[in-house]
Amino acid sequence: MENFLSRYRNVSILVAVLFAQVLGLAVQVKRSTENESTRLIRVWTVSAVSPLEKAIVWFQSGTSNLWHGYVYLRGVRQENRELKDQIEKLRLERVRLVDDAEQARRLQALLGFKEQYISKTTAAQVIGSSGSEQSRSIYIDKGSNQGLDKDMPVITADGVIGRVLKVYPSVSQVLLINDQTSGVGAILEQSRLQGILRGTPAGEVILEKVMSDETVQPGEKVLTSGGDQIFPKGLPIGTVSKVSAGPEVFLNIRVRPATNLSKLEEVLVITRKEERPAAVAETAPARAVDILSQRLPSVPDKPRENAVTAAGKTTGTPNPAAATSGATQGPAASVPAPKTPPAAKNATTSKPSRAQVATDAVPAPNVQPLAKGAKKPGVDASSTSTPASVKPAMAQKPTPPASKVSQQTTKPIAAPPKPEQQPAVTPVPPEDKPQ
Amino acid sequence: MPITYTSQGQVEVYRFSAPAAILIPLTALFLQAFLPLRLHFFSIFDLPLLVVIFFAVARRSQVSGLLTGAVIGLLQDSLTHHPIGVYGIAKTVVGFGASSLGVRLDVENLGARVLVTLFFYVVHEFVYFLVARGLVGLTLEWSWGHELGSAFANAILAAIIFTLLDRFKLRA
Repeated sequence: MENFLSRYRNVSILVAVLFAQVLGLAVQVKRSTENESTRLIRVWTVSAVSPLEKAIVWFQSGTSNLWHGYVYLRGVRQENRELKDQIEKLRLERVRLVDDAEQARRLQALLGFKEQYISKTTAAQVIGSSGSEQSRSIYIDKGSNQGLDKDMPVITADGVIGRVLKVYPSVSQVLLINDQTSGVGAILEQSRLQGILRGTPAGEVILEKVMSDETVQPGEKVLTSGGDQIFPKGLPIGTVSKVSAGPEVFLNIRVRPATNLSKLEEVLVITRKEERPAAVAETAPARAVDILSQRLPSVPDKPRENAVTAAGKTTGTPNPAAATSGATQGPAASVPAPKTPPAAKNATTSKPSRAQVATDAVPAPNVQPLAKGAKKPGVDASSTSTPASVKPAMAQKPTPPASKVSQQTTKPIAAPPKPEQQPAVTPVPPEDKPQ
Repeated sequence: MPITYTSQGQVEVYRFSAPAAILIPLTALFLQAFLPLRLHFFSIFDLPLLVVIFFAVARRSQVSGLLTGAVIGLLQDSLTHHPIGVYGIAKTVVGFGASSLGVRLDVENLGARVLVTLFFYVVHEFVYFLVARGLVGLTLEWSWGHELGSAFANAILAAIIFTLLDRFKLRA
């Protein structure tokens, strides 16, 4: 035996080393379903490699920032203009979305839904990868020291990229969604079909478990469904790029990730998400008049009597426009400060000023015919998409939608002061409008 | 023909200083982990494998070759999220095979290096494929086109890198 080992010494060592590794593999594979602790060799390797990666990334980003921030500023002015335009467009869109969100929250509250909020994120920089085509994972420069933990979702501004797989003190490993061992609960945005998003050995992303009798169109967006208890619901994942018949009774749906997974630089780790019932602005207890007063044009400092008197003195005749204005503002001045959420305040900040301009722009002589059903100022106010809540009284439409609380509150404010102002809010059919 | 039969006494055996023996594999691991982030095509290269082949062929010792392959492979495994040992087994086999070849053949010239790397890259991928599918249960697809393309790319890179690494050789 001894003779045999000495004769085949090298081969014996080879067999022993291979056997040890196979044994180690078998133990790891058997324990992989249990809560596996991080192997010491991983800690050593990551500790050896990551400081150098961090240093290079730090130097690279510093140099890049210096160059792009202080030296190479070509086209920045143009870009700044474009971004400002974009901000304006987004502001308008935001106002619309705030209304939609409020409505959705009200409905969710009615149905007792619970919402998931991303309450805290940590920004991290990508410093390395696994270096293997069979293991699609990256390393980020934040770890347990920064509050990261296993299974935390990792996203970018474009969409989901993966989840935290292993956490070291100052580094974490993130498993990308295109790895074949990853899985994300997903839902198609339009058809609301649910499936499981997986990676393939080639690094593509497919949506599994969608029945073949369903219709899925390329171009449809794929979102997180929240069913995996890792990713919050509604985050974008990608877009359906190809649909074909798959194995058994399922479709083979290929998904193009929203984020370019091969060019990741900075990511966000969702470190805290909260689940709570949908919060609704306290609109129910508040009086309609309170809400309207919040949205109306600013209240003048002078007492109402003085303002009306001053208007009469200036023109010599009663000025209906001034009276209307005073009548509109009067109740607003008398109501207490409403309990309106800040979002609603922000959303309507610009509206009263527009309505104010529209009202003030009406010349005094034209006011009387307008009060009898004139079109122009009222139409002008409408055409600028100003909500009815901030229109002058005479511009109100005859049948306000029931859902608009602010519209319902217009009448009591506009109507009471003087009987002669009543025509100002009386709806007139379009054919009666003066030319 | 670049590969020639020589007697064991004629082939030169090299050794490496301790810093070189430690830092070269670590640098290869670092570059393998870092460069694919910036240069996506770089993921087809396997720098640690090239280092294993280089050390095995230069030292011409089977035990040294297989141990070098095992250590570098295990370190490479530890950067992935798969069980540790898949790369380890594949590189152990390659280290043993390359050093066995180095004992018998003169593989110091450029053509021999390209051919040896080409051959051992395919061997490495085949062993990795077997282990990953058979022991770990990964779903891998074997594509001859991809493997041969990667093998050629690695062989060309090896020709350049081996020339650079020759500077660290010390006569034993």
